[in-house]
Amino acid sequence: MTVLLDTLFNGLAIGSVLMLAALGLAVVFGLMGVINMAHGELMMLGAYTTYVVQNLLKNGPLEGLFPAYILLSIPLAFVVSGLAGLLLEKTVIRRLYGRPLETLLATWGVSLILQQFVRSVSSAFFIGLVVAVALGMLAPRLLPAAWWRQRWSPLLGVGSWVGAGAIGIGLASALGNERSLDQPWFSARNIDVTAPEWLRGSIDVVGVTMPTARLFIIALTIVALVAVHWFLQKSVWGIRIRAVTQNRPMSSCLGIPTEKVDALTFLVGSGLAGVAGVAVTLLGSVGPNLGGNYIVDCFMVVVLGGVGKLLGTVVAALGIGVLSYILGSGSLLLLWPQMPAGLNETITFFATTSMAKVLVFILIVVFLQFRPAGLFPQKGRMVEA
Amino acid sequence: MTITSNTSVTPAAFLRRWWPWIAIIAAALILPFILPPFRLNLLGRFLSLGIVALGIDLIWGYTGLLSLGQGIFFALGGYAIAMYLQLDSLEPGQLPEFFGLYGVKALPLFWQPFNSPWFTLVAIWVIPALVAGLLGYLVFRNRIKGVYFSILTQAALLVFFNFFNGQQKLINGTNGLKTDTASFFGQMVGSDAMQRNLFWITVLLVIAAWYLCRWLTSGRFGDALIAVRDDEPRLRFTGYNPTAFKTVVFTVAGALAGISGALYTVQSGIVSPQFMAVPFSIEMVIWVAVGGRGTLIGAVLGAVLINYAKSLISEQLPETWLFIQGGLFLLVVTALPDGVVGWWRQGGPGRILAMLGSSPATATYPGLDQDPEVQAEKRAIESRAQTLESGASQPGGEP
Repeated sequence: MTVLLDTLFNGLAIGSVLMLAALGLAVVFGLMGVINMAHGELMMLGAYTTYVVQNLLKNGPLEGLFPAYILLSIPLAFVVSGLAGLLLEKTVIRRLYGRPLETLLATWGVSLILQQFVRSVSSAFFIGLVVAVALGMLAPRLLPAAWWRQRWSPLLGVGSWVGAGAIGIGLASALGNERSLDQPWFSARNIDVTAPEWLRGSIDVVGVTMPTARLFIIALTIVALVAVHWFLQKSVWGIRIRAVTQNRPMSSCLGIPTEKVDALTFLVGSGLAGVAGVAVTLLGSVGPNLGGNYIVDCFMVVVLGGVGKLLGTVVAALGIGVLSYILGSGSLLLLWPQMPAGLNETITFFATTSMAKVLVFILIVVFLQFRPAGLFPQKGRMVEA
Repeated sequence: MTITSNTSVTPAAFLRRWWPWIAIIAAALILPFILPPFRLNLLGRFLSLGIVALGIDLIWGYTGLLSLGQGIFFALGGYAIAMYLQLDSLEPGQLPEFFGLYGVKALPLFWQPFNSPWFTLVAIWVIPALVAGLLGYLVFRNRIKGVYFSILTQAALLVFFNFFNGQQKLINGTNGLKTDTASFFGQMVGSDAMQRNLFWITVLLVIAAWYLCRWLTSGRFGDALIAVRDDEPRLRFTGYNPTAFKTVVFTVAGALAGISGALYTVQSGIVSPQFMAVPFSIEMVIWVAVGGRGTLIGAVLGAVLINYAKSLISEQLPETWLFIQGGLFLLVVTALPDGVVGWWRQGGPGRILAMLGSSPATATYPGLDQDPEVQAEKRAIESRAQTLESGASQPGGEP
């Protein structure tokens, strides 16, 4: 009984992290059909936001709020990642709607840039970046208007951005001589977020030790899930989002601002990635490579659950979580000690975290052979499109 | 193509037709003696990456299947040759060193065939091809396509990565298998002379792979591949079975990746699960994208040039490489969808020159340009645009 409960709890804990991470992807990929490979990096931004909030509150006038920093960082991470996602949508993804493979490659490029950005951002770097972007955007106003009507003005557009970039890099390296400005904000090393006092203990229920941090993540997942469900089903904008998903031209005809809806959907999905990032900091130290550990798993959850279905995401995440834990911990052996030798050896073979992942992924691929559209396929004639 | 079966070929015509090949052969013969061994080794490695890029160009550029899992086949080829080299340099009855660390006493069963060089030579490309064929068949049979195919190949990549990473006792796990200290025909694989031979083998194989891909893409088979890319349902409705085409081409790409991985392994001196890391397989795609998808020469050029740039930049300013790589992804997707070679072939340089005013901008064919009716219309539009412009705040200084 204890073994069963223990398995269930740990599987639930793994599954809830997965669910939280995949929830944003389920919104972005499921509703918009956009493959966002930078989703993991948006999670990383959420995790780093938590780290910043923690450091700001640790010493200083707001020290009294420190125990609650994790609660404070949830909305902040949502905003930070959401705004980053909004920027991504406005600048890159908007140009690539209807070209999913190109979107995949472009967002992968963005994820590389974000990883390196976190590693090497310093005050000098940041100032240089801001100056470069400002110059590039102001170039049409700063340069004589007649220049923009020439034959070569497309080249001028490219050239002005290159020039702005060069000025920014020059400024950054000039400022970099100043030691205080050159200090990287985070550096390439992993960062540690220490959980507040009230999240460090554990609760014992009928012999099962439940770490409070895990319980907190489960609670956070439930809250996020309910919020997303309410938002999509009940709120005005949620209904608009679903309308655009079902039939974009018709929604547009009926006066729904589809571009705004796209931006909003992306913002919400990215913000949820940020919230997942907060949760991940409770599980251990996080680094610039955080995203890579989650992105493939998240996509598997969404694909297994059936694209466009929140319920599918929930079931798939929990299923993968419980299955991974059962296989990875080898707890089947505890439940059934006298199993035949061959089976016994097979289970021991897969009883590590990475081998459990291998088996789970194989099982998912096999499952998709029988149900190519996932656990909860969408019905209707839109599906084939 | 004009002079093919002519018996009296003038030297000039011969040169005109064959100069690229003459240049390649000359470079391949001369470079090993003028480049320092380190640079030559790098060039050889990058050329071998060109073979995997050719495979990706076949499946992505021509057939429209974006595989993010070519690292599987690449690494399988690498492991095949590395296992052979590990065994080949042993005394009879010995085991590769790492087995001792994990207390393995007998050679695992699947290592046994790799005692034979002939088996290994076949295994390098057949094993990846079989894995690719099976994976491809399972996926294509269900009509899984587009991004779902990409995600599934990436998941498969992760499966293999975790498997090879986790199995210390079978294939030395994370540490991988070293080949540079192994001996081959009585010579160290890492030695300069051996590396020079490997460079020549690589050049030959790149050319062979290029010919294979050209042969595949130029005939009716190639047309079918392009049809799969452009409109798969229509191909199906005209009575073809896309599954077969896709499976075959994916298998070929897998075999090419295996050969490429084997060549890369012997030139870099080690094969490790890092060959199956997720970022590396996506990087392969960007070589093809930058070089020019749908152009075979672009794939090879992209692989060599980007990797050369990577190694140069990583030597000087390591922290900027990811920015540049990310920027390349964005640039290629938004501004250069056909890559550098595609842009060149579609008259890109001419367009730039036209913008600078050094060559006339011919928007249409001359006959239309000189048509008086069209000319009159053009003048009318231009003068209207000018009056509108001068009516606005600032009179333009341009006629």
